[in-house]
Amino acid sequence: MLQLLADGLIIGSVIALGAIGVTLTYALLRFANFGHGEFLTWGAYLALSALGGFLAMTGATSMSPIEPFSFGWPLLAALGIAAPLTALIALTLDWLLFARLRRHGNAIVLVIASFGAALALRNLLQFFYGAIPEYYSREIQIAIRFVPRDVMGGMRITPDQLFVLALAIVTVCVLHLFLTRTTLGKAMRATAMNPLLARVTGIDVEAVIRLTWIVGAMLGAVAGIFAGLTTQLRPQLGFDLLLPLFAAAILGGIGSVWGAVIGGLIVGLAESLAVPLVGAEYRAAMAFAVIIVILLVKPSGLFAKPRQ
Amino acid sequence: MSAMIGFLTYATFFLVFVAIFATIALGLNLQWGFTGLFNVGVAGFVAIGAYTSAILTAPDYPNQLGGFGLPIVLGWLGAMLAAGIAALIVGIAALRLRHDYLAITTFGIAITLQLVALNAQFLTGGAFGLQFIPKPFEGLFGAGLAWNASYLAIALLVLGGIYWALERLVRSPWGRVLRAIREDEIAATALGKRAFVFRLQSFVIGCMIMGLGGALYAHFVGYIAPEDFLPILTFQLWAMLIVGGAGNNKGAILGALAVWAIWTISGGVLRGIIPADQQARGAALQIVLIGVLLAAMLLIRPRGLLGEEIRVSRHAAATTTAGV
Repeated sequence: MLQLLADGLIIGSVIALGAIGVTLTYALLRFANFGHGEFLTWGAYLALSALGGFLAMTGATSMSPIEPFSFGWPLLAALGIAAPLTALIALTLDWLLFARLRRHGNAIVLVIASFGAALALRNLLQFFYGAIPEYYSREIQIAIRFVPRDVMGGMRITPDQLFVLALAIVTVCVLHLFLTRTTLGKAMRATAMNPLLARVTGIDVEAVIRLTWIVGAMLGAVAGIFAGLTTQLRPQLGFDLLLPLFAAAILGGIGSVWGAVIGGLIVGLAESLAVPLVGAEYRAAMAFAVIIVILLVKPSGLFAKPRQ
Repeated sequence: MSAMIGFLTYATFFLVFVAIFATIALGLNLQWGFTGLFNVGVAGFVAIGAYTSAILTAPDYPNQLGGFGLPIVLGWLGAMLAAGIAALIVGIAALRLRHDYLAITTFGIAITLQLVALNAQFLTGGAFGLQFIPKPFEGLFGAGLAWNASYLAIALLVLGGIYWALERLVRSPWGRVLRAIREDEIAATALGKRAFVFRLQSFVIGCMIMGLGGALYAHFVGYIAPEDFLPILTFQLWAMLIVGGAGNNKGAILGALAVWAIWTISGGVLRGIIPADQQARGAALQIVLIGVLLAAMLLIRPRGLLGEEIRVSRHAAATTTAGV
């Protein structure tokens, strides 16, 4: 039982990071981006390439881990390269496709386009990297026993998982400070509330949109790398997480960063706790169940800001 | 002569697929083209139809639900009914809200149905799928060209029937209300039209047509498995509708022909130029190609090959002419 809670929180923190990007693009650009999952996949695979590059440069055959984690500095450096590159992909996609379609003005066409872009991006990745699962590190980690087995089944967590959880919390706090304390962050929130009014008050809406893509894609890349670190890298990594991301964003209320985080944790817990009830093969359907329930009960989400 | 028969067998095979895709695209066109509903779960509704019809008509499977051995026509009606019920559930949850919620919810149901198809052994046969799905008139025509041609005739008959019915529907007052809601929901509501009810009707009918398309597919191939209903199927159908021209039933059919031809030819060319051990990459590149085609179409010619026809009520047209 405790083990399921811990697993749920860890997958939940990955979902939370991805869902922030979904909720921000949804709030600012007003469309559900079906391509967001691909930012996770591309981020994870770009980090894999960067990691390979670092190792080749230093001549090492595998990275020497920082105890007690399974990964070393090269992976953190790879994260630093992969995240901006993923942001670049998002900006290119916006420039090529979404910005042009925005000018025509029909939001739902953007959703169709994002659906097409997602498939193209995913298959482009599969074309380059192939479909065989990859790993950042082949080190086997011994899970630390936090709770002895006789207390509610016990709980074991690997250091990597703890790292993911901690970094997710830090990232969200930094983002919160950015959105509430900096001028740029305030401009972002203003644009989300009313783009026309924001433009009139002198906010550069185009710059805010670029910033949204950068933040969303970078957080997506981080989430993708974490997902790859705790499980494995597959071309479907991001696509399989897309439904949980949407579920988290809707559950938390579109536009709310903290809502997306709490929504992500709830969806992660729901998936994990559903395993003994419906079996592991149906855990992916839990996100769908969450969406149906929230749409029937409170479609604005748990933490949506009131709209006038 | 045998080359000729080979070619004709392939041509009929190709055209049956076009007819099946065109049928499904017509269902999608009712939803998107005429009502503005964005359905990302097409593959799921097609799967419901295919599996329902297969289970209702197939012989007894060991350890599995089945053995009803009903006539194929009843299987097809069952397929439409099952897809319609699924659409009703999704529609009630999502159609009162913004468009994007329908997209996300239909996306979710397609993924959930994929899981059911893969894991509910007793119902769907799991990853191995369902085999020995009866083929209509197989006893009469055997296999090969004659049977392909007979099935093509059936598929075209179904497609023609759906086309005729939809043309009647969208030209009726009901069809005009759908377009009114699509263009300006507030105005339509102000005129006393309940947008939600009309949307739900359009969504359910569209999904029933998709279910029928799935049943057509199942009884042509005779074997269905979960990987026949992956998201790529949804994507191909969207490409067909966008390329052909949303809001135009002839466009949906033309799009099915054009995109399926591009898909088949590009697949053949890629298989020819890519070495055998890299075929999986070739298949990935094929999808990228169609993705780019869809995006380019949205950018360059958003109305598709055939744009939406401008239609007015017969009565309104008469008054206008009289007025002139």
